[in-house]
Amino acid sequence: MTDVLDPPVHVEPHDGGHEEHHGPTGILNWLTTTDHKVIGLSYTVTAVIMLVIGGLFAEIIRGQLATPNGTLVSLAQYNELFTMHGSVMIYLFAGPFAFGALANIIVPIQIGAPDMAFPRLNALSYWLYLTGAITMLSGFFTAGGAANFGWVGYAPLSNSLNTPGAGADLWIGGLLLTGFSAIFTGVNLVATIFYLRAPGMTMFRMPIFTWNMLVTAILILLAFPVLTAGLIMLYADRHFGTHIYSVAGGGVPVLWQHIFWFWGHPEVYILALPFFGMVTEIIAVFSRKPVFGYKGMIFATLTIAALSLGVWAHHMFTTGVVLLPFFSIMSLLIAVPTGIKMFNWIGTMWRGQIWFSTAMLMAIGFLFTFLIGGLTGIYLASPPLDFFTHDTYFVVAHFHSVVMALVLAGMAGLYYWGPKITGYLLNEKIGKAQFWFLFIGSQVFTIPLYILGLQGMPRRMAVYPHDPQWKMLNDLSTLGAVLIGLSTVLFVVNVVVSWKKYPAGDNPWDAHTLEWFTTSPPPHHNFYRLPQIRSERPTWDHNHPEHRALHHGEHEPAHENAGAKQ
Amino acid sequence: MKVEAKILLGLGLFFGLMCAVYWNWSLENAGGVMMFAAMLLGFLPGSYYYWWSRRMKQRPEDNPQATQTQGAGVVGAFPGSSIFPFVMGMGAFFVVLALVFGIWLLVPGLGLVVWALLGGTAEGRRGGQH
Repeated sequence: MTDVLDPPVHVEPHDGGHEEHHGPTGILNWLTTTDHKVIGLSYTVTAVIMLVIGGLFAEIIRGQLATPNGTLVSLAQYNELFTMHGSVMIYLFAGPFAFGALANIIVPIQIGAPDMAFPRLNALSYWLYLTGAITMLSGFFTAGGAANFGWVGYAPLSNSLNTPGAGADLWIGGLLLTGFSAIFTGVNLVATIFYLRAPGMTMFRMPIFTWNMLVTAILILLAFPVLTAGLIMLYADRHFGTHIYSVAGGGVPVLWQHIFWFWGHPEVYILALPFFGMVTEIIAVFSRKPVFGYKGMIFATLTIAALSLGVWAHHMFTTGVVLLPFFSIMSLLIAVPTGIKMFNWIGTMWRGQIWFSTAMLMAIGFLFTFLIGGLTGIYLASPPLDFFTHDTYFVVAHFHSVVMALVLAGMAGLYYWGPKITGYLLNEKIGKAQFWFLFIGSQVFTIPLYILGLQGMPRRMAVYPHDPQWKMLNDLSTLGAVLIGLSTVLFVVNVVVSWKKYPAGDNPWDAHTLEWFTTSPPPHHNFYRLPQIRSERPTWDHNHPEHRALHHGEHEPAHENAGAKQ
Repeated sequence: MKVEAKILLGLGLFFGLMCAVYWNWSLENAGGVMMFAAMLLGFLPGSYYYWWSRRMKQRPEDNPQATQTQGAGVVGAFPGSSIFPFVMGMGAFFVVLALVFGIWLLVPGLGLVVWALLGGTAEGRRGGQH
């Protein structure tokens, strides 16, 4: 048992208020740790490796499409590559990076908690994620190759008749393991946020990132069990002779699509909301202002999450068996809370003293890129337009704009919170060069794909007709992919160059929230002391008592018994 | 705890309404069932939290004027290290591999899972390692 949140008030270290950790060291420490920061770091490293692997697949895909009759890979290998590119990026990078890596490290510290509520369950989540990733990728080493039915695994293409072999089963198995990992992380995050907040950290004082992670965790709990059930039924169809998704036995193939997208569309927001939260924090800190419309942001997040579970069949408009008006209206409605967020991000920057650090540049890059991805999503919510663009490169361009925006936001998060996690800053010059490569590369990569899609180029094709314009657009997109690849190389170079070179101090950005009150990196169980929490910016209030938040009806800060003066 | 309860109850209410509309309007059942389940996930814990929030003393984390001393004391068991999550993870790994490469892999898989369950439970009773 430990007794950690026991500082006298906020300034004097308390002898019993923390404890030194004397656990195993080295590899045994990594295998046995239950410290949320070490687990989060393991998640970060694994997820970045997955990003590199998924990125390599993307580079090969773009290399193949650089010429109309590309011969870089065979048609069968191409199917495996686009399937595993999507699977690695969605299942093994974006989600785990957001809710496994950064949330794991940051959320407990932002709310003044000593750890996640269930530390051992947290460790189990990581091992399930790692083994799930190994399982899924090991398909490449089987005789029939990796799964090749697209990252959506549509039935009946994914049944044992059309896709025999171990690769597909390993895809299902890997997804089951990572799915349970996500569910356990969701449980842990909800319990941590509901039960382990520091005194005074009321719900409406929590940082927006923590709020977004709470909503993400609830979405995980609503969506992932449905996918797990769907995967078990898919496995049963493949091996136990059931016909749940097979017309031959009286089943319904489109049921898989309903189940998959009931998970799949909330998954878009499970991926996006954490990054929205990161960007909100970063924009406020580097604009030297509180978040504009704090409560509006929270209600927009809740609304997006609720609506996201009622829009799944907009991915299925062309099946002809879905309720078009219902799903179209619900999908269009999501633009409203998303617009509120965009407005509030701009409002936060408005008349702020903007500091164009790498993290801030990445966050602004996110705003531009996400705006393009979001607006093209509104097109796709309209059935007549969706019929025209379904399964074309327009859809690919839309969701790649969104995910490239999330990559920009993720990089912003790494530059912003990296110093808190490691104790060292990254090099800003290399970081800014990385930003320009990533930002320009994202646009050069996606914008030609929109045009190709509107001209009718279908997705998932390894070859295409000899058309000079199509070739030129594909070449441009390939160039964009190369620029994005170079930006990743720059990031790795930056980590190597900056390794333990620029000590960060506790609060290098003069930031607002509680994680910046503790040391960098934080001690075992996170805090030696805690400030009084009287607003959503406790660290700012403590460091700038003259500018701290005023209570309702309060006019003179001197009247307040401020934490800093106790 | 009231805010937490209201979020979950609001979620349940939203999905209850959506479920009613969708069930009556659409021609398929899968979506309605999934939204009904989502409604339950909101209402079941939400109503419990609401019931409990009306009976419990205000927690320091719900009190806007709380001082840090009000949160002093033991807040929970936080083991610093444990081998059993790793053992459980490896067990689950073998169980999944058994689905692909052969049922015999269930033997080490379930063995590891049972070991982790027993060992983890015993460790929990001891209060965990720091």
